[in-house]
Amino acid sequence: MAWVFRKLMEGFAIVDNSTTSSSRTNWGDKVFFNLTRFFALLTLLLLVGIIASLIDGAWPSIKLFGARFLWTGEWNPPMERFGAVIPIYGTLATSLVALVIAVPVSFGIALFLTEMSPPWLRRPLGIAIELLAGIPSIVYGMWGLLVFSPIFAKYVQPFLAATLGKLPLVGSLFEGPPLGIGILCAGVVLAVMTIPFIASVMRDVFEVTPAMLKESAYALGCTTWEVVWNVVLPYTKIGVVGGIMLGLGRALGETMAVTFLIGNMNFFNGFSLFSPGNSIASALANEFAEAESPIYTASLIELGLILFLITMIVLSLSKLLLMRLSAQEGKGT
Amino acid sequence: MKIDKESIMQSTTGTDLETQIAFRNFNFYYGKYKALRNINLDIYKRRVTAFIGPSGCGKSTLLRTINRMYELYPDQHSEGELLLDGVDILGKGTDLNALRARIGMVFQKPTPFPMSIYDNIAFGVKLHERLSRVDMDDRVEWSLRKAALWNEVADKLNQSGMSLSGGQQQRLCIARGIAVKPQVLLLDEPTSALDPISTMRIEELVSELKDEFTIVIVTHNMQQAARVSDFTAYMYLGELVEVGRTDDVFIKPTDKRTEDYITGRFG
Amino acid sequence: MSTAVSLGRIRKLKNALALTIAMIAMLFGLFWLIWILATTVELGVASFSWRLFTEMTPPPGSEGGGLANAIAGSLILISLATIVGTPIGIFAGVYLAEYGKHTWLGHTTRFVNDLLLSAPSIIIGLFVYDIYVARVGHFSAMSGVVALALIVIPVVVRTTENMLQLVPNTLREAASALGAPRWAVIGKVTLKASLAGIMTGIMLAVARISGETAPLLFTSLSNQFWTLDMNKPMASLPATIFKFAMSPFKEWQQLAWAGVFLITLGVLTLNILARILFRNKHKQ
Repeated sequence: MAWVFRKLMEGFAIVDNSTTSSSRTNWGDKVFFNLTRFFALLTLLLLVGIIASLIDGAWPSIKLFGARFLWTGEWNPPMERFGAVIPIYGTLATSLVALVIAVPVSFGIALFLTEMSPPWLRRPLGIAIELLAGIPSIVYGMWGLLVFSPIFAKYVQPFLAATLGKLPLVGSLFEGPPLGIGILCAGVVLAVMTIPFIASVMRDVFEVTPAMLKESAYALGCTTWEVVWNVVLPYTKIGVVGGIMLGLGRALGETMAVTFLIGNMNFFNGFSLFSPGNSIASALANEFAEAESPIYTASLIELGLILFLITMIVLSLSKLLLMRLSAQEGKGT
Repeated sequence: MKIDKESIMQSTTGTDLETQIAFRNFNFYYGKYKALRNINLDIYKRRVTAFIGPSGCGKSTLLRTINRMYELYPDQHSEGELLLDGVDILGKGTDLNALRARIGMVFQKPTPFPMSIYDNIAFGVKLHERLSRVDMDDRVEWSLRKAALWNEVADKLNQSGMSLSGGQQQRLCIARGIAVKPQVLLLDEPTSALDPISTMRIEELVSELKDEFTIVIVTHNMQQAARVSDFTAYMYLGELVEVGRTDDVFIKPTDKRTEDYITGRFG
Repeated sequence: MSTAVSLGRIRKLKNALALTIAMIAMLFGLFWLIWILATTVELGVASFSWRLFTEMTPPPGSEGGGLANAIAGSLILISLATIVGTPIGIFAGVYLAEYGKHTWLGHTTRFVNDLLLSAPSIIIGLFVYDIYVARVGHFSAMSGVVALALIVIPVVVRTTENMLQLVPNTLREAASALGAPRWAVIGKVTLKASLAGIMTGIMLAVARISGETAPLLFTSLSNQFWTLDMNKPMASLPATIFKFAMSPFKEWQQLAWAGVFLITLGVLTLNILARILFRNKHKQ
């Protein structure tokens, strides 16, 4: 048997070593290598291309409005006067509301999955949370508009107005008529959409905490909570912040769900979170296909450019932090 | 097993040996797999007891039952009795946090917490006692001195514990363990990740600490066991083969398997 | 001693409180999943009929109608985008894992790819509008395919790279030792060894684009009628749902629920299948 195999291999080697086929494999290797490199480069160029095309498309607006665009609160298509304040405010406000809810909830979920869940439940529960990320944005949007927002207006908003609304300072955030749709409603649904991203990163980084480090804390007599809060969280804080940044990046650019729920109102209604507003992504979704004049289109593209730059910065930070954690992980122990 | 017990009885008579920890008909399981069989063993107060044996023999497993570390893993469980100062600690009623305050542990690799050197020590103390700032400073200094680390870190207590060298980190972990003022100190191959010089310092430290603490050390370095321990327990395939005074076990082992291991015929 | 006891009690109480809150957080997460799925199934099944697959989307206010053109459009857009995007993603992923592990291009591409993975999809739509639709002068199905393909690429790049990294180096060395050229080692050995993982990635990419709406709004737009012409606007399920859900017509909203049901069912099935496939493969 072994002899036959060796003979076969010899035959293979002879064929392979003949000059013609050797140059052919060299040639094949070169082509294959360059092909893969070309497509890698293409992926890289995609980012450059997106930024270049956005700048190009936004140019008329950048030229006309200059930096004023960033602090002008007016969005007036008939008069062709455009400023980004309202959509930028809406984008940031919805994302912040989302984080305020999603971060503690995700922490709780990660804590439950890594330290409390019985082993056989860990995987199914993890998948269930990840499925929240699988549900398409349009489904969140339609469900949010037709099912969630009426309930939100009827029960949650009056409750918030009666409780948090009575507090000094934060009270003004919970004023006004309970319309359902608005910045708060969009933020809540956005939180649900962001939870799976933050929770899975937190769970993954919690899991890289060396078992021995956790055992050391337990060996001192720590409770589960003390181990997580004093040892696991400090050990993984870079990764946790990275996960939160990832969630923020996702929330900032989320389009369809916010479009359904934010109210698409292009003027400022005060700082109450109950009031409707507009986000960059939903302004684009609603107005871009119908924008008639070139300057209207260019202003929308400039909004897109702003959104893209903000999300790229946030996502880069997230990526850099997570890379630092894994580098520390490699060095440590 | 009977012979072992008798040999202990012999060595016990006429001395001031006092039992701190006692295993009685103790079994341990990983899921359905029986990892420890019928362990009967006494560990004496303020003595160093070493667990030796080939890897996989169950010596670390046995050590980790003493502070019930296995509770973290739902598929592991124990049977029999494990007495600490005559009280069975395996029962449901045992307060694990309080139990672990009485039993310190140091691991194979240094495990400094991601906080300053000072807080590494103070952290464990704060769990169990409320101390004034001054008392806490004293306690930190006391434990660092005990662990022979004070001179090296006195001027950088606010630096991260992770900035120390491997040997210093391990002594920091020992200081952290004794700062809680436990009765028992469990050392699970504490020098396996260290260089020879750091290893020597830890061994010296163990000899000093036994004046105050009951020490149980797992090691697969037989010279280490011979150097630091008063009693040695040889384990093989989940069984306690032989236990006695270290000199006796090393010079005239009663069991053929112990002799084979010690003379280097296997393991 | 008594302070130690009371300290212990406070710590235990704190622990119990924290763990209870963590459990509530877990339930909170599950609550939304169940609520959304329950509504989708309930309203979706109520509006479900075989008509959905045979009749076109109706004009406003009229009875009946289905989603046939939208379903067909979605299937066409998704399959073409997958066919276009997958090979590009695999090649780029192969570069990252096999050639460019420590090169400048490798590091940069890996980083940029991860950014694109989470980039707002509406920006992709804007980009394709600018480089394609604006130049041709009209919305078209093909531009929608391009936009979706650009979303597929980063997903496939990431999984391909990850999966190739799981292949042990000994396998590569064994194949090279037989005298196989590098391209054959990669094409016939390492890629084959990670096939299940890469399939998982493709399935997740398909799941991702099945629900994408934003990038289609300014590319393939929507179309009330049946068309196979790639140069014309084409209906798709997500774009149709967007239009119908926002409308005041009850019939349209019902069709939108049916559409939401179909998409959610498809996307979640793909998600779960992908995980099962990957898991079975890696149990061996």
